[in-house]
Amino acid sequence: MNLELIIFIVLALTGAISAVGMITRPNPVISALFLIFNFFALAGLYLLLNAQFISIVQIIVYAGAIMVLFLFVIMLLRTGEEPKLFSEKKHIKYFAIVIAVLVFVQLGYLIFYEAPSEYISQRVQQSMEAGTIENIGQQLYTTYMIPFEAAGFLLLAATIGALVLAKKNFE
Amino acid sequence: MLTEFGKVLVFIILAAAFVVIALFVARLIRPARPTKEKFTIYECGENPEGTPWVKFNIRFYVVALIFLIFDVEIVLLFPWALTYQDYGIYGFLVGIIFLLILGLGMAYEWRKGDLEWEKPSPKPPNLAKILEKSKRNIPVEVPD
Repeated sequence: MNLELIIFIVLALTGAISAVGMITRPNPVISALFLIFNFFALAGLYLLLNAQFISIVQIIVYAGAIMVLFLFVIMLLRTGEEPKLFSEKKHIKYFAIVIAVLVFVQLGYLIFYEAPSEYISQRVQQSMEAGTIENIGQQLYTTYMIPFEAAGFLLLAATIGALVLAKKNFE
Repeated sequence: MLTEFGKVLVFIILAAAFVVIALFVARLIRPARPTKEKFTIYECGENPEGTPWVKFNIRFYVVALIFLIFDVEIVLLFPWALTYQDYGIYGFLVGIIFLLILGLGMAYEWRKGDLEWEKPSPKPPNLAKILEKSKRNIPVEVPD
């Protein structure tokens, strides 16, 4: 058993346990904290897959900014007084169980019975090199320069839109 | 030999171990005599009343939203900071244009006053006036 496998198992277990913790806690704030834990485990898994950029995005954007937003929403909306979803609508529970079993069977089949295709194993080295921050930068600022600036415009629109909407609704 | 991310992992493990060991040793050493009073919520000596869920000011949410947008900007500038030197003035200008576009959003926010935080200005009670008022109303105590 090499080190990489041990790290993978630890991270995967952390991710799975924190995901289950997130959906089972009755207190939404504790759920949100479990979600942060899950994001960090996912970031570690991305690093193991040599996707450094996605891993950093995961920590900075998801675990940083989006979680702050989630917590603010939880704080803004008074929760805790609503009845539980499953106690009100019983049939949703059976539907959820069917979907969960289906996904589980699919995943089990893919992991244990399906061999990785030729096409994937040929390109492993290439995809490993593509995930580094330097490579993404080289692509982003030469080939994909226009989409990059377009992303800047999108963010500008998001900034102004957020400010306008916030003023309109609450003042 | 460790990679750079391996060093980060060692840091994370050491930090976690530091917390766990410190808490465990503290548990061994400290006395444990819990009483009912010790488990109540600490509220500066007062008995807590009502729910601690207070409605937050919506302005906090707007600040968080703006923070999210500029966070995404940082993420897009990370690869730029690493590689812009390889492309000379051209690569530099790509990032500068991006920064200018987002600077426009920042300027809008600033101009519209969303960075201002209107503080409520409570009037402190004027002690001299209160004393003067109370002097008139205090009934004179007659000693027996």
